[in-house]
Amino acid sequence: MKDLTDRALDTAAQLGATYADVRVVRRREESIAVKTGRVEGVAMGESEGFGLRVLVDGAWGFAASDRLELAEADRIGALAVRIAKASATALRRPVVLDDRPPANGTFETPIEEDPFEVPLDRKIGDLVAADRAASNVKGIVFTESTYAAMREWKTFAATDGSFTEQTITHVGAGLEANAIEGDEHQRRSYPDAGGGFQAAGYEYIRKLALGAHAEAYAEEAVALLTAPQCEPGRRTIVLDPSQLYLQVHESCGHPTELDRVFGTEASYAGTSFLTTDKLDDGFRYGSDQITIVADATAAGGMGTFGWDDEGVAAQAVPLVKEGIFVGYLSSRETAPRIGRRSGGAMRADGWNRIPLIRMTNVNLLPVPGMSLDEIVADTDDGLYLASNRSWSIDDRRLNFQFATEVAYEIKGGKKGRLFKNPTYTGITYEFWRSCDAVGDESSFVMLGTPNCGKGEPGQTAHVGHAVPGARFRNVQVGVGKW
Amino acid sequence: MVSRDAGTGTGGATHTQPAEDALKLAEDVVARALKAGATEAEGLVMGEDSALTRFANSEIHQNVAETSHTVNLRFVAGRRIAVLSTGRTDPDGLKTLVQRAAAIARTCEELEDWAGLPAPDGRPKPVQAWSASTAAATPEFRAEGVRAVIAAADDAGVIAYGSFSTGVDTIAVANSAGIRAAEQRTSSQLITVHMSPGGGNGYAEAVAMDATTIDAAALGREAASKARASDNAISLPPGDYPVVLEEYAVVDITDMLGYLGFSALAVQEERSFVEPGKRIGSDLVTVVDDGANPLGLPMGFDYEGVPKQRVVMVERGICRNVVYDSQTAARDGVKSTGHGLPAPNPYGPFPLNTVMSAGTTTREDLIGGLEHGLLVTRFHYTNPVHPKLAIITGMTRDGTFLVEGGKITGPVRNLRYTQSYLDALAGVTAVGSSRKTIKGFLGGAVVPAVRIDAWTFTGATEH
Repeated sequence: MKDLTDRALDTAAQLGATYADVRVVRRREESIAVKTGRVEGVAMGESEGFGLRVLVDGAWGFAASDRLELAEADRIGALAVRIAKASATALRRPVVLDDRPPANGTFETPIEEDPFEVPLDRKIGDLVAADRAASNVKGIVFTESTYAAMREWKTFAATDGSFTEQTITHVGAGLEANAIEGDEHQRRSYPDAGGGFQAAGYEYIRKLALGAHAEAYAEEAVALLTAPQCEPGRRTIVLDPSQLYLQVHESCGHPTELDRVFGTEASYAGTSFLTTDKLDDGFRYGSDQITIVADATAAGGMGTFGWDDEGVAAQAVPLVKEGIFVGYLSSRETAPRIGRRSGGAMRADGWNRIPLIRMTNVNLLPVPGMSLDEIVADTDDGLYLASNRSWSIDDRRLNFQFATEVAYEIKGGKKGRLFKNPTYTGITYEFWRSCDAVGDESSFVMLGTPNCGKGEPGQTAHVGHAVPGARFRNVQVGVGKW
Repeated sequence: MVSRDAGTGTGGATHTQPAEDALKLAEDVVARALKAGATEAEGLVMGEDSALTRFANSEIHQNVAETSHTVNLRFVAGRRIAVLSTGRTDPDGLKTLVQRAAAIARTCEELEDWAGLPAPDGRPKPVQAWSASTAAATPEFRAEGVRAVIAAADDAGVIAYGSFSTGVDTIAVANSAGIRAAEQRTSSQLITVHMSPGGGNGYAEAVAMDATTIDAAALGREAASKARASDNAISLPPGDYPVVLEEYAVVDITDMLGYLGFSALAVQEERSFVEPGKRIGSDLVTVVDDGANPLGLPMGFDYEGVPKQRVVMVERGICRNVVYDSQTAARDGVKSTGHGLPAPNPYGPFPLNTVMSAGTTTREDLIGGLEHGLLVTRFHYTNPVHPKLAIITGMTRDGTFLVEGGKITGPVRNLRYTQSYLDALAGVTAVGSSRKTIKGFLGGAVVPAVRIDAWTFTGATEH
């Protein structure tokens, strides 16, 4: 492998690159899809290749190939340099990277039970059993259950002498039960819409215990068909972790990406309201209950690694401290522009994509005092919302609207009847400022999403979010005409 | 317009294998699978040679190219099916692929209603999907286009953001039932958002099989002009407004309806709003899927090698047909329409070449017909709130304008909507006489602008 990385870096340097880094990535994936009790697909995939990033005359070039051959390293080296020179014809601010010590070492996701060694028939059997427990519930029209595992072997080398090797393993599973009657379609998902995912082995799938939850979730989907509509109004809402993690993702994770702030995602995903003057001014992002950290070292998080994809060591970066905006997700190129060092958030989707600033594990820290159950008990009149159904937020990450699968009425501190089609909307900082209670460690759980999209060409990142539950006051719910 | 010559040299040559070689590889995979005990087998080879030049703050900041190949094997043993993919195309890689597939297929449960791989049904009709100019596009060619966009921004005193991509896709399918299909397709796309110091944003996009037909400077001027026009936007209270949606916004409606409703699997799973003969739009609305339409990004066949049929989805407002792959077609006792995706595909078939019929109304008259309403350039981050009712939420973006007495009177800040797209189709009162090709999330679509009698805006933002 080192032959290939050396060759690519040497070629780039000889042709004029002042800096270059190369990643050789092999990815193995496995997935099982079960629909309404039958196996719809068993798939395995392998992909490998290398991507070379070069800096020439202060401009970036990148080229990638799936041919792991020395001659191809020469071709890709020359192509990357040529591309960088084309970039230099439309350059106004030459790239300056922050200084960091060369990265060297290895990292491996700690796992107990290798998901790729668990016999396939057992994995299929576990999933089919869970799915059938849901699909057998009267009133369920179809169910979908999924299992996925991904392992990536990644070698990183750079012209500054960095050389790291990492093995990352992620697994996930989930089930959803769909009840349909006329125009009404209701769904309940466990453990979360899209499934639960962690950096872990098959032990995580066992802990999820899909089968033990299947029937109850399916029955709730059926019950939602005849539940009353969630009516419009301004309400107190308590968000379950299965919804709160996505709220953090969309309204804190993305707007703290420093590349968005500097406009480099403007034409696609958009920019950010968290401009750098707000960092200097100590902008109040949320109430004093809110502390959010991007922690690439968190156990079980899909944003956990040894080094990011430009060789910066994993670290925990405070984003919001007791409600005050204090930091960004950043890179070697962007951090120096605000007088800081890279926070190590550059991640690439495989060998054929450049690293971009991505979330690592953007976590809302628990607050000692009340458990999630105690928060509910402390709420006289409100709604408890769980499991995301729909999400949308504007291009500066201010106006958001979410729908959840279910709302439970809270009356006198107790969860009661169901409401269907709940939605809520708000402006990011107003919403987070309205938070008056964040749960303690007892509801703090590592969740995440394996499909965070960004960049052109498109990239999908696996990111983690550890969150407890939390309560928000005076929130607009029940949006639109139904 | 950028130069007609897309360039020469190593940066522009195609490095994926020719379509004939890809087909031979697909056939080789099928033969190996049959030898390993498969009762049926399908080899799908996908090659990509693509490049994208991205710009922001009126400079190129990301500039990438890649060459990749994927071999997908659908290994069938009776009614047991495994799908494996690999990036390795050497003999050892293929051997491993087949061995693993055989082992997995033995482990799988039987698929009770497995109908078999599709068989040839006439020869695929060749489509013109290839442009030598696009295949030869160089980094310098893309940079030249970007500089033209930036120059237009500079002239208007605004800042340019966007991307210019060119690429070649090679697709080859072979199966044990006799399917043989191979094609190379080219595509290019230039998008740009311009931002004005006054807070205004503008957008322009072009998509073409032939990159040299994209007029980068004109796109730059379009986006710059709109950015300037949307400076100093005012707030407007949410509520119901008649709207004119530009083509960039209309593509979200056609894509979303295709995604939620016009897949045979969605109908079979009872989650679609589609019923043949049901009225879902005004008489002015006709939408088809047509892989041969030269205005779009043509495709001769799907990922199962089945020739693409022209499918009328909405005819003068009435639901007609949905699109099928081989498995959903077998369940309904009909033939595949050639809309299958790569296996395994739990999502079902999708229309990837949507074409909405043009109307007779000029852009001026579309706007002129609004007494008090909004002109919307495009939508952002749209998502279904209630799929079966096609209720979607999203934001406006990059140029939203108040229209009074048939005239644009000024820009407004972006608004959130929560709107049934079915109700929107039913409320179409005029359709534009010209169309644009836009890349939506389901592929290249050809759509006009439309006027709709009511659109429900449910929130506002600060810009």
